[in-house]
Amino acid sequence: MQTNKLSKLLVFGGIVTFLFLYIPLVVLILYSFNDSRINVGWVGFTLKWYQVLFADQQLVAAALNSLLIAVIASTVSVILGTMAGVALHRYKIPFLTALVMVPVAAPELLVGVSLLLFFLLINFTLGYASIILAHTAFCISFVTIAVKSRMFGMDDSIIDAARDLGASPLKAFCLVLIPSILPGIIAGWLMAFTLSLDDFVITFFTAGVGSSTLPLAIYSMLKMGVTPEINAASTIIILFTLILTSIATKLSPQLFK
Amino acid sequence: MFKLTEKYSLSLAPIVYLILLFLLPTIIMVFVAFRIPGSYGGVEPLIVKGASSGHITINMSLDSIKFALSSKFIWQLFLRSMVYSIITTLCCLGLSYPLAMMVAKSNKKYRDILLLLVIIPFWSCFLIRVYAWMIILGPQSAVNHAINYLIESFGFAAVNLLYSPVAVIICLVYINLPFMILPLYANLEKHDEALIEASRDLGASRWQSFWKITLPLSMPGILAGGALVFIPSIGMFVVPELVGNNCSLMIGNLIKQQFLQTMNWPLGSVTAIVMTVSVLAISALVGVIASRTGGLRYANK
Repeated sequence: MQTNKLSKLLVFGGIVTFLFLYIPLVVLILYSFNDSRINVGWVGFTLKWYQVLFADQQLVAAALNSLLIAVIASTVSVILGTMAGVALHRYKIPFLTALVMVPVAAPELLVGVSLLLFFLLINFTLGYASIILAHTAFCISFVTIAVKSRMFGMDDSIIDAARDLGASPLKAFCLVLIPSILPGIIAGWLMAFTLSLDDFVITFFTAGVGSSTLPLAIYSMLKMGVTPEINAASTIIILFTLILTSIATKLSPQLFK
Repeated sequence: MFKLTEKYSLSLAPIVYLILLFLLPTIIMVFVAFRIPGSYGGVEPLIVKGASSGHITINMSLDSIKFALSSKFIWQLFLRSMVYSIITTLCCLGLSYPLAMMVAKSNKKYRDILLLLVIIPFWSCFLIRVYAWMIILGPQSAVNHAINYLIESFGFAAVNLLYSPVAVIICLVYINLPFMILPLYANLEKHDEALIEASRDLGASRWQSFWKITLPLSMPGILAGGALVFIPSIGMFVVPELVGNNCSLMIGNLIKQQFLQTMNWPLGSVTAIVMTVSVLAISALVGVIASRTGGLRYANK
């Protein structure tokens, strides 16, 4: 009886937190369909903010930039991250472990400003190239973690078996190891893709003038104030990340535990 | 020999990339902290050759560090950021614990769905999540009207919810909440239910078994979550910028300003390094203290 009471209290607390997590997002999404310039009170259903959104050349261009950057950064980081993940699974390399884990723990602001300094001091022009280089750097860590967690508990003898049967190291790597950890690699790619797509702080410092990504565009809109167009853009981004996250969790459930 | 080649062929490329784009920039930043700020932004050239004498001087100084440490303004921002981050961490802990425990104790069937529900808001860009609160706390919003109605009925002057320290902390909590929930859940899920049952059989009340068993056992989860919330929240410059006022600026705003507006790189570097070192040191310190006392407490049982 008493345990039942505890779980009631627990469920109440849990639901309160869930409401805290979701009410803001629901409000945000609802107002994207509201037929009013200001986000106050419900006037009527409309899709016109989505029309405004898709007619906004700058915003659409920024979104396309973001997608392109995310595809390149996540693909490069998947290659490097998979290599690091496999290396760390098979061998003890403390230096690489530190290089992979410290960027995850370091404040984003520090990473952002140090990259800005680095690019400026080596006279590297800030723009899409510097954004991609920076995104790849922080995505590698997450791919490595995804690949490593997928390999956890994996039987290494399949690789040795392939070698014994005459496969070259490269062949064993590509034909035996990669297919067996493919779900982890894809989950890592999706994770890197969403991280790159959503990144604001590091992009903000490495973008320079003239280059724009979706989060940068949203940031400058936010500084102007609240408009339903941002609600529409946010709704699309939330939907998009929802789909990507669901696929990633399906592929590598242990990643999130 | 074979293994060695494999080890290095696999790890060389990621190591080189991360050295170039993570380690080297960080080292450069430490170095810049000792340089002299240039008159037009950036830094003065490191080596200056006297025009007539040919005398070589190296342009390095401790001035930026001295200035940062003696500036009352920087200390004030720094302390405020610390206080905001600590409040944020505690609020996150309070909100996360019941949820994490509920998910951990719920039926296996629902657990994955509940966990996914926690992760989803965490994956959408944090600007969107700040924006959601700009709507909710905005001057025209129902929440703002209701709260101000309450405040005025008690005879106080109406307040602005948005553009206040309260809004900054709400947003910091909202952005960072999943970082606390996930490690807590990971820890609580592993707890052996038999321990609780044994304590209850031996006559402990629900609260007693929570305080004496569940809470001490979940300490590693609390610490991991605490570090994951505390470390990023201190550098958040966007939140005070979008929902705060002049009295709620944080250290991140100063760092951003030094690099993008004032262009005083050495001072910006010093501030960023001090910020990072101190949050990491505090997290480590709390970890050491908690593991000592927690370990002792557990050993005494």
